[in-house]
Amino acid sequence: MAKDLVNTLADLKEQEAIKIVKDRLSAGEDPLKIMEDARKGMEIVGKRFSDSEYFIPDLVYSGEILKAVTELVKPKLTKAAESKKLGKVVFGTVAGDIHDIGKDIVVFMLDVNGFEVHDLGVDVPVQKFVDKIKETGASIVGLSGFLALAFDSMKETVEAIKAAGLRDKVKVMIGGGQMSDEIKNYTGADAYGKDAMAGVTLAKKWIGAQ
Amino acid sequence: MEKQWEEMSSDEKQEALFARWISPEGVKFVSPEAERLYKERTTRIKDAVQLKKKPDRVPVLLIPSFAPAYYSGLTPYDVMYNSEKIVPTWKKFYMDFQPDGHGSCEVPSPGKFLEILDFKLYKWPGHGVSKETTYQCIEGEYMKADEYNLFIHNPLHFLNYIWPARVFGALEPLQTLPPLAGVTEMYGVAFSFIPYGTPPVQAAYKALLEAGSEAMKWIGAVGNFGKDMAEAGMPAYVAAPTKAPFDVIGDTLRGTKGVMMDIYRQPDKLLEAMEALTPMFIQMGAGAAKMFGNPLIFLPLHKGADGFLSDAQYKKFYWPSLKNVIMGLVNEGVVPFIWAEGGYNSRLDIIGDLPKGKVIWLFDQTDMAKAKKALNGIACVGGNMPMHLLTVGSTQDAIDHAKRLIDICGKDGGYIMANGAFFDKVKWDNLKAIVDTVKKYGVYK
Repeated sequence: MAKDLVNTLADLKEQEAIKIVKDRLSAGEDPLKIMEDARKGMEIVGKRFSDSEYFIPDLVYSGEILKAVTELVKPKLTKAAESKKLGKVVFGTVAGDIHDIGKDIVVFMLDVNGFEVHDLGVDVPVQKFVDKIKETGASIVGLSGFLALAFDSMKETVEAIKAAGLRDKVKVMIGGGQMSDEIKNYTGADAYGKDAMAGVTLAKKWIGAQ
Repeated sequence: MEKQWEEMSSDEKQEALFARWISPEGVKFVSPEAERLYKERTTRIKDAVQLKKKPDRVPVLLIPSFAPAYYSGLTPYDVMYNSEKIVPTWKKFYMDFQPDGHGSCEVPSPGKFLEILDFKLYKWPGHGVSKETTYQCIEGEYMKADEYNLFIHNPLHFLNYIWPARVFGALEPLQTLPPLAGVTEMYGVAFSFIPYGTPPVQAAYKALLEAGSEAMKWIGAVGNFGKDMAEAGMPAYVAAPTKAPFDVIGDTLRGTKGVMMDIYRQPDKLLEAMEALTPMFIQMGAGAAKMFGNPLIFLPLHKGADGFLSDAQYKKFYWPSLKNVIMGLVNEGVVPFIWAEGGYNSRLDIIGDLPKGKVIWLFDQTDMAKAKKALNGIACVGGNMPMHLLTVGSTQDAIDHAKRLIDICGKDGGYIMANGAFFDKVKWDNLKAIVDTVKKYGVYK
């Protein structure tokens, strides 16, 4: 009966995972426990991605499975899952750039790894980043961009954060298409992450979590 | 008597296309110097591709996006909304930098034309993104997950009527049009044409006619660019583009997320759809090469880059149909000018499975020493001039990197210097320094 949801999800067996969730729900199991197993499964997915065992299609597919699981469990939740968040992150694709695929994957991975992510979307004006950092008190900022034209937008965003007196309160990571350590230096950010899990690793390092 | 095209081997076809490219019909060179430059440049690229002998020096190509506009102090909007500005701007860029070829001047599509059709696949300067930025794709599921059978059974109908109805707002009524394959006898022939009498379909055709007029105005403004450039001594480095079947589905039909779900949920349908697309995309490239008398056909690769697929996924879903397109082109004498955007480090062991001297592999963020090693004796390699060296690096760093690339990849020929990704606003001094470095340092003794 209590089949292993953690591993089924980690192995990306969509139909099996959904069946297990349905069975466990109809057996009256605590929905919070099911969500906790799903979270553990996603942790394994993230680990396998870091280890180059999984790739972007596998991450995206795991997200779809998690979405289906969450939709099944949500109506049964009597109280919101009280998971303690590791830290707050403000994230967005910088001004002039409307690419969202890479950003969405990092936001998703930060979220399933326990961060409270404020996703500002794409083509985000400099001031909007500053305002959101102030409003949330976030300690991490993620700047995404696909175009080389984003180099300057990132630089301007980091400068605006500095001008607002927030630079020493936040760590800034950049990522996407043509980003690199050289561009990180140019923009004044703290780090460049080459993929979604690198972003998660940076964020965890910055807040002192394992 | 000369051999007919159909009787030629692929080697003979390639030679015939190179011969037409090197000695183009109807081109009146502006000076003996221009003629010399033109022949040197085309021959240089031919030698780099064929791997039969070393060229006189490493060829150098610049592959810009809107860089020519920025170079002249114009925005992408300026050139998309005033086609008259395109030719002088693009000419100035190529004439000032003097690379070994030009990439035509068709980056700026005419904005008014796009507006008439209400093109939804992209946002463009002044239309969803700022006038100072480049156009950007809006991915979506323009083909739904459950439409594979519809597509596979009649891909041309899907691409001619259903897909345009979704990406061009003004062409939405076209989806009501029936395939005319049903017209086989006199009886009932008018039935198939009833939809053409409806006001929405007639409005769509009116938009098509207007868009056609705008396209005609645009080509009137830019159409002579290639001939003018050839006459001034600079060949076009590609005749036209074609695409990898996986990218056609992942970029434009199903979207990145869609195609990734299909890998899991309906892998066989995905494979079948790519098979259906393959002959079309071979024909697209082979036809253009023959029409323009230029063997080089651009093949930009997107969603098979490092990280986008596992090795197993790449081998099953990306490479076989791409290889079929490449070989279909090669058999027609075409030289696929393959541009592996992003990283391709994990694919190097796979992509060398091709006959010798038939393609160019241009790389973006791939380790060039490894690329050269993997493709040595098989294919000409190139690219890799990193974006950060063009945009924020020092001129000396750019020069040093260019020299390093020539040392690593240029040794015995089979190498083309080029940028790794389309570029817009860069440091013009760095660009010039790279071209000049190749011309001095890249000479084969």
